[in-house]
Amino acid sequence: MTLHIKNGIVVDPKNGIAGEKMDIFIKDGKIVEESEVGKECKTIDVSGKLVVAGGVDLHAHIAGGKINTGRAMRPEEMRFVRRKSNGLRAAVGRTLLTSPAIGYEYAKMGYTTAIEPATPSIYVIHTHEELDSIPIIDKATLPLFGNWHPVFKYAADKDVEKMKSFVAWVLERTKGYGVKLVNPGGVEAWMYGGNVSGLDDTIPGFGVTPREVITTLIAAVEELKLPHSVHLHCNNLGVPGNYETTMETIKLAKKFRNDNRQVLHVTHVQFNAYTGSSWRDMGSGAEEIAKLVNSMNNVTIDMGQPIFGHATTMTADSPFQFELHKLVKAKWCNKDVELETGAGIVPLVYRPKSPVNAVQWATGLELGLLVDADKIAVSTDYPNGGPFTAYPYIVTLLMSRKFREEEMKKAHQYIEKATALPSIDKERSIEEVIQMTRVTPARVLGMENKGHLGVGADGDVVVYDIDPLNYDSSDYQAILKALENPLYTIKGGEIVVKNGDVVGEVWGRTFWVDASEQTTTEIIEADLDEYFNYYTVKRCNYGVEEGWLHNPVRITAG
Amino acid sequence: MKNAICTFCGNVCDDIEFDGTVGKNLCPIGEAKFAAKRRMEAPTIEGEKVSYEEAIERAAEILVNAKRPLLYGWASTVNEAIKLGVILAEKLGGIYDQCSSVCHAPSTLAMIEEGIPGGTLGQAKNRADVIVFWGCNPVEAHPRHPSRYSVMARGFLTKGRQYRHIVVVDVRKTATAYLATEFYQIKPGYDFAVFTALRSIVNGHEDAVPDEVGGLSKEKLKELADVLMDGKYGVIFYGLGLTHSRGQDRNVECIVKLVQTLNRQTRYILQPMRGHFNVVGAGAVAAWEAGYEYAIDFSRGYPRFSPSEFTAVEALLRKDCDAALIVASDPAAHFPKKAVERLAEIPVIQIDPHPNVTTLLADIVIPSAIVGIEAEGTVYRMDGIPLRVKKLRETEYWSDYQILRLMLDKVIQMKGE
Repeated sequence: MTLHIKNGIVVDPKNGIAGEKMDIFIKDGKIVEESEVGKECKTIDVSGKLVVAGGVDLHAHIAGGKINTGRAMRPEEMRFVRRKSNGLRAAVGRTLLTSPAIGYEYAKMGYTTAIEPATPSIYVIHTHEELDSIPIIDKATLPLFGNWHPVFKYAADKDVEKMKSFVAWVLERTKGYGVKLVNPGGVEAWMYGGNVSGLDDTIPGFGVTPREVITTLIAAVEELKLPHSVHLHCNNLGVPGNYETTMETIKLAKKFRNDNRQVLHVTHVQFNAYTGSSWRDMGSGAEEIAKLVNSMNNVTIDMGQPIFGHATTMTADSPFQFELHKLVKAKWCNKDVELETGAGIVPLVYRPKSPVNAVQWATGLELGLLVDADKIAVSTDYPNGGPFTAYPYIVTLLMSRKFREEEMKKAHQYIEKATALPSIDKERSIEEVIQMTRVTPARVLGMENKGHLGVGADGDVVVYDIDPLNYDSSDYQAILKALENPLYTIKGGEIVVKNGDVVGEVWGRTFWVDASEQTTTEIIEADLDEYFNYYTVKRCNYGVEEGWLHNPVRITAG
Repeated sequence: MKNAICTFCGNVCDDIEFDGTVGKNLCPIGEAKFAAKRRMEAPTIEGEKVSYEEAIERAAEILVNAKRPLLYGWASTVNEAIKLGVILAEKLGGIYDQCSSVCHAPSTLAMIEEGIPGGTLGQAKNRADVIVFWGCNPVEAHPRHPSRYSVMARGFLTKGRQYRHIVVVDVRKTATAYLATEFYQIKPGYDFAVFTALRSIVNGHEDAVPDEVGGLSKEKLKELADVLMDGKYGVIFYGLGLTHSRGQDRNVECIVKLVQTLNRQTRYILQPMRGHFNVVGAGAVAAWEAGYEYAIDFSRGYPRFSPSEFTAVEALLRKDCDAALIVASDPAAHFPKKAVERLAEIPVIQIDPHPNVTTLLADIVIPSAIVGIEAEGTVYRMDGIPLRVKKLRETEYWSDYQILRLMLDKVIQMKGE
């Protein structure tokens, strides 16, 4: 199948194209030169419309035990029936969507890639089963390392070689894409009802600190030359005053250097960007964090933007989830995962008239406006901040000062005192928001063929009904409508969405990283055998084989 | 083969040695599963032997022509087959229901109210110093549970039996009670009252507790509450004693609240003793494909959940279903008489490795390969941990997956989608 996208106005920041009338050609799922396509080519004329690469979501809990337990716990979420075409699967879900609905809704707003960012390795078969049930998009998953006993041991021994070996072993067994840490040390402390309060607390029973766990893992990931850096959910999430911990954590990256990408990605920073000493005097620390991130060249972040309305919080940060359960008095699921990690789920509503929720909303937007576009990606930490289907809303807020003013009127006036949002006049340009939703997340993930339209890139192209050379940022309703209803979403050269409706179903790929060439597992064999005495699953029955996945793509590290 | 995986109960033990006929490390019920049993020779329509293709074609016709077929069972097959079952129910506009609806569904209802503070079986093995079995009897229902995961398991931080306090609470002295440090016998149907009393004591309101609750004296209750609160890491396992006695889901809700309260003082998790080896998958797959775990109706083209309408028993009692596909289950042996009578009135298609009571009233019988012995795929242990069960010997029988794949293709073809 070859496709010719004609006369569009291309915005492709990675290749320095800022609104040029250009034709794009796709053959065998890749962007190619005009000379490579023959006469039998389907042509779509998109004169005067915005042509960009497919969106990349680097952090959304779209598959696995957590979201699925959330679905079972919240049937009230499933009353929301979504629009779909005949012959496609039924699609339901308000902020917790079914797997078919997740694929369709991503495509419906022009996204073609999404990463599941937190899998307990022992549950990874389940995560892959769900990823394989999501149509259209490409995906990958990040196994959790931050509270795993061997990780504590190797960090305590400062043994980077063994840590490298363990990381490579885990990625192979899980068919995982990178290294995720959630509240390092805090979840192990929660096994006895505690938590850690910062980078230098001792993790109970292991004589090691979160600081050491994070830096040893960064060192291991860098030496393994993984495409993606350490992906970190900081300590003290959701606690007033936590921006100091976040800043201190970000500074850990200063010891490391990588010329191709960041060495540390700090995720859903909004939840870790609060000043104050309690919920009564909490405020936004976004300006300080933005200054720090902008001053460094090896740290990236994503927003974790809350959306007013319903959400379901679900993280591996189980002590935080228990605190939230007590705070909002909502139902609560917990999962302690043997010697690996934990998880918790609590439903939540972000109310515009709640001072705290209003500050959270404003803090996310401050980050989105103040951090350089090549260092921040758009995210809601789906479904923690709200549905990923709100990305067009977020992007429109970033692009339109007038829209922000309208939305701020609905929010509690405490944001005027506690955040800088009302004084920010900046409006993100089309290039910047395309950077934040395509180029930056693809670069953060180390996916070279994503997020741009250069020759050799994946044939994931989106056409929006916006003229990037001539649009009015105060007409925010037009922008929002255009972003919510792409004229075309093209996945791997196939047209999957037309005028905002899914018209075709394709099956994407699952990326995983093979780092075995960078290390040897021999040095940890004895440790693993000893360690598996304490598992309830035999070592030979642990993990997932490539052949069980629908469409796996192995990426070799280095 | 070493480290084969047993496909009988929710333990899903993964250390079985099997040479094709004899298995080692099996418990008595696992042995029965792996032993040679009577099989059906070939697919049949109205008792006449036919090919797989003929049986599946006829089954697809029945299902397509039905107004609202019931697709029931699923707990004893692999996720790959269950997924096809959910999609089949959606394409047919029928009902998807699974064995939980007559088993642990009250646990799901309690979870909808309160959530569930849970963990993996490895937490019991590695950390628990207090383990409670409430209304369950693993020695007879999950025989290797005590040695692999709980009572005697040698863990990372809890090294064995002598480091654990084992509590059994039941209405009679079960075989499991003989393993206990302490056995508390309560009156049938008084679980809710006993939980409420324990919650009061744990919350510091023992003055509100009467002298006797559910057959336990106040002294005994205080003693039990102290044992619970003294645990550094406790695990409460519960079974059908809670979900199928007076109070049902309210019993489970109340024990969830007790565990929530205990977590304000120490650490506790709660784990239902799930029966079939993949009953968890039968709920999980439906949840990601259609949003709900059981009792799902697709007659409007999108999934709806209503346990009082769309569970198999309710739908049969109200004669809402006019055909049934029964996969890896035996409702005729377990459903109420009236529901079975209705099943006998309508066309029934059965897919199962072995003949059972349901076979007697099935119009089309499609024998399948035995999951975990003759067919592979993914199953979820009682704590949700996924395991890939193996194919240990060759067979002429089609797997559930193969049968359902062709059936789904036929249905899509007949409906012209």
